[in-house]
Amino acid sequence: MTRVEPGVVRVRTRRTQLIRTHGAALAVIAVGGGLGSIARYGVGRLLPTRPGEFPWGTFAINVLGCFLIGVLMVLISEVWSAHRLVRPFLGVGVLGGFTTFSTYANETRALLTPGSAGTALLYLFGTLLCALLAVLAGVWLTRVITARPA
Amino acid sequence: MTLVLVFAGALVGAPLRYLTDRAMQIKHDTVFPWGTLTVNVAGCLVLGGLSGAGLSLPAPWLALVGTGFCGALTTYSTFSYETFRLVEQRTYFYAVVNIVVSVVAGLGAALVGYAVVHSFAG
Repeated sequence: MTRVEPGVVRVRTRRTQLIRTHGAALAVIAVGGGLGSIARYGVGRLLPTRPGEFPWGTFAINVLGCFLIGVLMVLISEVWSAHRLVRPFLGVGVLGGFTTFSTYANETRALLTPGSAGTALLYLFGTLLCALLAVLAGVWLTRVITARPA
Repeated sequence: MTLVLVFAGALVGAPLRYLTDRAMQIKHDTVFPWGTLTVNVAGCLVLGGLSGAGLSLPAPWLALVGTGFCGALTTYSTFSYETFRLVEQRTYFYAVVNIVVSVVAGLGAALVGYAVVHSFAG
C-alpha cells in the first residue's frame, strides 16, 4: 500500500473545495440569471419598445436594477455578514440577468435615424445618468436606514 | 415556450459573464473593470448582429440568443456599481474612462454587428 503524503492530501482537498465553491457559485448565478432574464422579458412585454420611441421598458429595468444593486451591496458588505452565495445569486445572477447593456446599446443604435436622433441621445445619456444616480440613491438610502444610533 | 428559451439562454450567459470576469481579474491585476467591459461589448456585438439579420432570424432564436444569452451576458447594474466604486475609491480617471469606453465601444460594437450581418442578410 502506497503512503500518501499529508501535503498531497491537503492540495487535493483544496482543489476539491475550489471546484465545489465555483460549482455552487456558477449554479446559483445560472439560475439567478435565468430568473432575472425572465423578469426582464416580463417587463418588456408590459412596456414594449416601439420603433422611434423612447425605450421606457429597458430604461426602467436598468434604473431599477441599479438601485437594487446599491441596496444589496450595502446590505451584504456593511450591514449583514451574508452567506457566501447571496452575492453571486442576487448580484451577479438575478440583477445581472435582469439588467442589460446589449439591449440598451442596440435600442440606441436603432434610434440613430434622422427622425429620432434626439431620442437616441436622450436615451443614451438619460439611462447613464439615472443608472448612476440610482446606485447612489440605493447605497445612500440603505446606509441611512440601517445606520445605528450613535 | 419563449420563457423557456429566454431562461435557457440566460443559463449560459450569466455564468459566462462571471467566468470572463474572473479570468480578466487574473489577467489584468488592476481596479479597472475589464471583465464587465468585455462581456458588455461582446454582447452588444452579438445582439447587433441578430438585429442586423432582421426578419430572416426566426423568433425563437432571438428569444434564446438575444433576450436570454446576450441579455444575461451583459449587465448594467454591475457596470454602474463598478463605476460608483471607482468614484468612491477616488479613482476618478478610471471611472470616467469606464463610462466613456463602455458606451462608445458598446454602441460601436452594436453598429458593427448590425452593419456586417445586415450587408449579408439584406
